[in-house]
Amino acid sequence: MVLIMTEENNKKRKTAEDFAKLQREISISEFFEKNKHLLGFDNPTKALLIVVKEAVDNSLDACQDAGILPEISVKVKSVGEDRFKVSIEDNGPGIVKEKIPQVFGKLLYGSKFHVLKQNRGQQGIGISACVLYSQMTTGKPTRIFSKIENEKKTNIFDIHIDVQKNEPEIIHEESIDDGIKEHGTRVEMEITGRYRKTQSVDDYLKQTAISNPFAKISYNINGEKMTFNRSVDKLPKEPEEMKRHPYGVEYGMLQRMLKNTNSRTLSSFLQNEFSSVGSKSANEICKIAKLDKNMKPSEIERENIGKLLNAMQKVKLQRPPTDKLSPIGKEELFKGLKKLYPNAEIFTETRSPEVYMGNPFIIEAGIVYDTNLPKEEEVQIIRFANRVPLLYQTSACAIYEAITETRWKNYGLQQVGKGVPIGPCIIVVHVCSAWVPFISESKEAIAAYPEIVKEIKLAIQSCARDMLTFMRRKERSKYETQRLHIFEDYLPIIAENAADLAETKKPDIKKVLQQVVKKELVEDEFRAFESGEIFEKPKKKASSED
Amino acid sequence: MSEKQTIEQLKKIGVSIVTSFENNKVPQLDIPIRSTSNIVYSNKYMCYILGDKKLQRSAGNIRHVKKMAQLLKVGDFCKDLVSHGKRHVTKRELYYISESWGPKLKFDEQVESDDIVEDIEAMLEKPREDLKIIPNPKGSIYGDIVLRFKNPKGETMTVDCLKTADGQQIGPRTCDAEFVKTSADKILAIETGGMYNRLIEENAHEKFNALLVNLGGQASRSTRMVIKRLNEELNLPVYIFNDGDPYGLHIATVIISGSANSAHVNKSLATPNAQWIGVTATDIIEYNLKTDKLNEMDIRRIKELQKDPRYKDDKRLQQELATWLKLGKKAEQQALLKFGFEFVVNKYLPAKFKELKAPGFSK
Repeated sequence: MVLIMTEENNKKRKTAEDFAKLQREISISEFFEKNKHLLGFDNPTKALLIVVKEAVDNSLDACQDAGILPEISVKVKSVGEDRFKVSIEDNGPGIVKEKIPQVFGKLLYGSKFHVLKQNRGQQGIGISACVLYSQMTTGKPTRIFSKIENEKKTNIFDIHIDVQKNEPEIIHEESIDDGIKEHGTRVEMEITGRYRKTQSVDDYLKQTAISNPFAKISYNINGEKMTFNRSVDKLPKEPEEMKRHPYGVEYGMLQRMLKNTNSRTLSSFLQNEFSSVGSKSANEICKIAKLDKNMKPSEIERENIGKLLNAMQKVKLQRPPTDKLSPIGKEELFKGLKKLYPNAEIFTETRSPEVYMGNPFIIEAGIVYDTNLPKEEEVQIIRFANRVPLLYQTSACAIYEAITETRWKNYGLQQVGKGVPIGPCIIVVHVCSAWVPFISESKEAIAAYPEIVKEIKLAIQSCARDMLTFMRRKERSKYETQRLHIFEDYLPIIAENAADLAETKKPDIKKVLQQVVKKELVEDEFRAFESGEIFEKPKKKASSED
Repeated sequence: MSEKQTIEQLKKIGVSIVTSFENNKVPQLDIPIRSTSNIVYSNKYMCYILGDKKLQRSAGNIRHVKKMAQLLKVGDFCKDLVSHGKRHVTKRELYYISESWGPKLKFDEQVESDDIVEDIEAMLEKPREDLKIIPNPKGSIYGDIVLRFKNPKGETMTVDCLKTADGQQIGPRTCDAEFVKTSADKILAIETGGMYNRLIEENAHEKFNALLVNLGGQASRSTRMVIKRLNEELNLPVYIFNDGDPYGLHIATVIISGSANSAHVNKSLATPNAQWIGVTATDIIEYNLKTDKLNEMDIRRIKELQKDPRYKDDKRLQQELATWLKLGKKAEQQALLKFGFEFVVNKYLPAKFKELKAPGFSK
């Protein structure tokens, strides 16, 4: 709930009591209505993307949670100037009838918000915000179809949101026999938006296909169809819910946890609610904070929460468990990229888990080297946070920082100063964590924690090394052919001129040629080929005397 | 005789390559390194010469094959020049001639052909003039000396340098000429053409019993070679008369002990016992000559000469260098003309010859 103050255009001086009368609680929906720019809905291009993204992220999470290989269909159709009909259907488990209006018609309703677990939704504002946006821009209700496995009927709801109450308003409701085939959910809405080719729905879906190689995504934009087929037939390991690590907790959060816990003593609270805290560490924290380990957590006073928080940062603890994350996987990322860039050379890497501020995270990277891409332009950067593509604010992101701080000349790409490298490549980076640190609420760029930037660098460097090895091998064989021709050209000339000079007949060069060609390309020769100046040149010098 | 030797030396390079091929060995050439890392001062020759460091060029390295082929081609070309004996070729001409050798052998830039010529010079330890590769003719000689040489048709000719209008130009044939007879007892080498002409007109060759050599600025290698031969073969002491500035001094030192650039052939070009007349810094002060300021380059040259191992023990030179730095000024040879046409032959040079104990002035 948010408090805001409204003021009347009244010249009469008001008392505090007058103000109190004017101050009233407004609902989150109302707040959103007035502040839609905070969430990106002020920009029509972004609005269209957000609607598709929220629905698709939900669908992928739902399928994955239910252990279903996702099959998602996205339809976007222009129905007037800056107006679109958007429909997203999945083969997920479906939603029980009673819950449908809540899921789509109440903001901040859902299961993901309070749980510390790697999932896509952590970044979203929720599908209900999209419903509200549709309602605000077109006045039309959102239609939801949903069918649960083994039920015969598909339930259909037309929903509005009652903005003041933040409650769904059911406009229409029915059940039909031939709706969704087996199980799944479809959401249809009409919105004001704008379509463009890049940094929008096309890129988002294409990149989603890369980070979710187990999903089949079909896309229909104004009748133009595209399908991203699965490149992996197995769902990834399910990410698990995890406890917070003391190093990653903040004041407000600690305060709430102390209030809501079922633990009866401070010591058990620390052990039960946090990871990596045993009885020994718990007692040490209490000692440092000068608090009784047996006191009731809910009775800790305000100023002691700060002491407790300090003590939690000071005590030496083990790292949080790192096995609860679900990366794309080195091989799966490779396959996802190969599917989209079948003619490219692809190099991928999944790093071991690391920790920043008590949050475990895993970095994955890939480099697509495709000679069909422009050679003299900056490489394309594809960013993911928990498998969700990030399309905006590239240069504010930790990924951008790690890429530009890498010396790409060492890996065979051009680079101007600390810029984005230049070459026929795409650099892909995935940051996965139960808590991805975004720089702002729009969740488009990842904050550059040193631990994160370092890991990203190591991941891309590993791919870059593999790329360099590949390029060198390729160049080497090209150079070896060139070298053979040079020897075939020059050894006879050397023999001929030597024979003229020696006044004898030309010697047979075959054996020497064989010997010379068989030798490995030495570094000196390799660099000569690379620079294009194959033959040794004299150093120029000014000779003044003649 | 020396031509036969040159031909044999060139032939040996070819033979070593052919032999390698015949023994199924990858041919190699050892070329003396000509960079400063391999230049040493020789007390024996009193000049800079090359050390023992060699660069190995192999037919098994693509970086080297083109140059090796070109070196053999240039070697063969020079061998032909030497055996025919008629023609001489400048470095620039060689560069253009290579156009006819086809795309794999021709030179893209003159530095490349120049570099190979120097490689061969260093391998043979002979100046390129012995290979019939010559600089543009520059410099001339005047006075009582008779030269015998072969004209391009192969006919033997003689020339009396005294009976020439402005002296005999020093070119390839002068360089190789036989010195038949001379009455001179010294050589006077002069930096500028103006002063050379002045001395001819003032009858200096007779007055001093000298051969006059016009250097025309920095002496060409053939001029230096002629000076060295006259000095060695006829035992004539050499005196160098140049502008009173560090560049003139540099011209003198190149004649005396060669240049670092040509360390690989200095042995055959330097005349270590040649002596420097001036104009000196002391002359500038003593005769109150018209001067210019020393520029940065001049000052740097003076400081380099002060440190040069060749002149460490030359007290007269060191003293002059110090005076120059203090004076901060320089003067041309022609500045002496403020005392009239004859001053140089009547006063200036006789005083110098006396100071340096030249033949005929030693009492």
